[in-house]
Amino acid sequence: MHIVDRRLNPGSKSLENRQRFLRRAKALVQGAVKKSSQDRDIKDVLEGGEISIPLDGMNEPRFRREGGTRDMVLPGNKKFIEGDMLPRSGEGRGRASEPGEGDSEDGFRFVLSRDEFVDLFLDDLELPDLAKRKLAEAESEGLHRAGYATSGSPANISVSRTVRLAMARRTALRRPRPEEIAQLEAEIEDCDEARRIELMAEIEALKAKFRRIPYIDPIDIRYRRFETMPKPVAQAVMFCLMDVSGSMSEHMKDLAKRFYMLLYVFLTRRYRHVEIVFIRHTDRAEEVDEDTFFHGPASGGTLVSSALQAMHDIVRSRFRPADWNIYAAQASDGDNSLSDGEVAGRLLTEMILPVSQFFAYLEVGETGGSTFDMPDSSLWTLYQRLRADGAALSMRKVSDRSQIFPVFHDLFQRRRKQEKAAP
Amino acid sequence: MTATAGYLFEGADWDFTKLQHIHDACEEIARSELGLDVYPNQIEVITAEQMLDAYSSAGMPLFYKHWSFGKHFAHHEAFYRKGLMGLAYEIVINSSPCISYLMEENTATMQTLVIAHAAFGHNHFFKNNYLFRQWTDADGILDYLDFAKSYVAQCEERHGRLAVEQTLDAAHALMSHGIDRYPGKKNLDLRTEEKRAGERRLHEEAAFNDLWRTVPTGPVKSAALLSTERRRSLLGLPQENLLYFLEKTAPRLQSWQRELIRIVRHIAQYFYPQSQTKVMNEGTATYVHYRIMTRLHEQGRISDGNFLEFLQSHTNVVFQPDFDDPRFSGFNPYALGFAMMQDIERIVSNPDDEDREWFPDIAGTGDVMAVLRDVWANYRDESFISQFLSPRLIRHLRLFHLHDNPEQREGILVDAIHDERGYRRVRRELSRQYDVGYIDPNIEVVDVDLAGDRRLMLRHTVVKGAQLNETDAKRVLQHLADLWSYDVSLVEVDAADHVLKEYVLSPRGVAAAA
Repeated sequence: MHIVDRRLNPGSKSLENRQRFLRRAKALVQGAVKKSSQDRDIKDVLEGGEISIPLDGMNEPRFRREGGTRDMVLPGNKKFIEGDMLPRSGEGRGRASEPGEGDSEDGFRFVLSRDEFVDLFLDDLELPDLAKRKLAEAESEGLHRAGYATSGSPANISVSRTVRLAMARRTALRRPRPEEIAQLEAEIEDCDEARRIELMAEIEALKAKFRRIPYIDPIDIRYRRFETMPKPVAQAVMFCLMDVSGSMSEHMKDLAKRFYMLLYVFLTRRYRHVEIVFIRHTDRAEEVDEDTFFHGPASGGTLVSSALQAMHDIVRSRFRPADWNIYAAQASDGDNSLSDGEVAGRLLTEMILPVSQFFAYLEVGETGGSTFDMPDSSLWTLYQRLRADGAALSMRKVSDRSQIFPVFHDLFQRRRKQEKAAP
Repeated sequence: MTATAGYLFEGADWDFTKLQHIHDACEEIARSELGLDVYPNQIEVITAEQMLDAYSSAGMPLFYKHWSFGKHFAHHEAFYRKGLMGLAYEIVINSSPCISYLMEENTATMQTLVIAHAAFGHNHFFKNNYLFRQWTDADGILDYLDFAKSYVAQCEERHGRLAVEQTLDAAHALMSHGIDRYPGKKNLDLRTEEKRAGERRLHEEAAFNDLWRTVPTGPVKSAALLSTERRRSLLGLPQENLLYFLEKTAPRLQSWQRELIRIVRHIAQYFYPQSQTKVMNEGTATYVHYRIMTRLHEQGRISDGNFLEFLQSHTNVVFQPDFDDPRFSGFNPYALGFAMMQDIERIVSNPDDEDREWFPDIAGTGDVMAVLRDVWANYRDESFISQFLSPRLIRHLRLFHLHDNPEQREGILVDAIHDERGYRRVRRELSRQYDVGYIDPNIEVVDVDLAGDRRLMLRHTVVKGAQLNETDAKRVLQHLADLWSYDVSLVEVDAADHVLKEYVLSPRGVAAAA
């Protein structure tokens, strides 16, 4: 008899079969994922979960029989005697022949892991303008040591390496050592004339050689060499800016929340570390926590520039653009005081856009309002003008929850990068 | 072995030494007292996740890759996670050596139970039952599965995953009709199969010469000249093994597709005995574990506490809810099998007059194990029940027979109950529930119009008015047509030869031409 411990064998033997199944059912699964993500809370979007897909195309048909006369033998007779007639709806009713496992028409339920879920969720999304900003996006320059060089700045002289080379050269060229000369000079003191002249000549020759071969020659000098290497910036910060003035309804906030959620999911996939900064504003802006951001009461006028200024300050104090990928998403109903337009526009184009990877503006409207009917708001007009001037802004109008996903999809679609790359 | 009182183990913990001792103790009893004859045992300890993996590949340790296994895995996993489904304590594979998987979570008592159940009960049944001896090749199965797995992978490389998947989908749909039900010329030898498959491929590669394609073959011998009778006998019709028929005669299949069909067919054949012996197989294993555990307890090698733990799970296993119980979902093969085995034990050792009248051959012969070993070797569920279900057990289980005729408006007729007039009828009907001849629809290939449009003609002989489910039948026939690559028709015919329904499907064209 053998006993084999299989517990340490590599697990997930079924992984490949599972992937085949998911690939085969991809269209269906993706649809189900989209649907279920619409009904979820922000944070849960990152969790896997159970989904249900219709089984068209996924069924494994067999010849099955149904109907006809049936005979069955059952245990546990209580009161029946031969010849009794049982009403059909009653207890004695037998069951259908074989309830096929999960093969019923109403759908097949199974659990997707977190990764599978998010993968499907984000399937064909990519970073905006990936081709153009590829380096700046996920990488920055870093220095690292790369051997020695014969030229460089004096600050980078490698003393040990230089001295070592000098010594090798001196040894090879037989540069006399000072002790040798001193020894000969000492010998001169007490010896006869003939020997003295001989020694004098020798010392002279040695001294000449000593002078000719320098202790450190310029060719010995080595500098530490540094190379610039692209260093991935593995962290991103996401700024959520939202207008919380009285004109923003709960519904609008909910729309905004969903958009932030998608952006967050997207960033967490892309960067090892993602921070979120919530800035809400009325006529003045403040940084708040998530709960206050979405639920805290606030009232006042509307000055978009205050939020932009706050974001700029925070970036300057906490998130060096060299170390952080900066993403910003602004949600608003589009109201802004007229006088603020100029300031906001200048802040955006001069301070914010140059350091951001991506700036999206989402204009939210009331339910039922068609996005096409929404009149252009003051903020929308302003941003549109900036865009026309070449500012890298993404902007969309949304009035219903189901529109969020398509909008996000549009904003990030891979196609765009090809269009941009083409001309 | 622990020193105190000779217990094999104490408490719930086990380790590999203890497993070894448990196995040895069980083996001692199994061989000397029960006279069992088993394959060498291989016991493998696995985790819950590995158990789920095994579930989705029909319990086998290795299997070719196919999406449907992934689907089953996803399904089982969802149920398991929700707590809707417990996992089996063990899986045992009909192979030599006989592999039993034990879950690592099991307590020491459970491991003992499982070793007695699987490594001796099932193992003996696999080795001795005539169906398994006739239809399965325990020595070759693992090698054959290994071959199948790598062959499918190779085909995917050469011919593309899609083409392979389509062929396998189609073959799987016909799996239940890819079985030889009657012993043929020779036993299946999977090792030789595997070798022959390799040789066929080598020969093809070696003998390949593109020139042969261009050699004119001369006028085709007119198939029209063949009489219908002659044609049918040449093709071996009627043929109920659809996969076999396709493999041998489908006109446009590539050789690798034939090989894939062959693989599916062999695997279906391997599992065929299992579906016919559920009650007997589980009954045997349950009876054996009950005997071994009781004996171990008598010998003082299992403590009273652990024995109670065993009794509790044993009772759960052999629980049979009544028909009106919400938990009822048909007969529990463990319960029915175990009850019948115990009943036979009683008849052999301590019969009453009724038993003497019903079972003159075995009543009172005294040697329980000889009778049981003979039963285990020579019966399947259907014949076992029709021979050995005793009136006493029918009374005990309070069995009754319902006859449901949809034409009868008043309701369902109680046709027989557990009384003098009903015993034989109940017994006959119950054994019929386990007769594969009644369970699977009877579908045969009856003719091929080779001279004309090459239509493949099938016939479903309808029994008791149960016709095929239309949606599924169409899907299966579509797969069949894809493999056959010409039209396929199926007629459903009742006993009086009236055609009840006819299906005709045309191939989708892609799969076969690939």
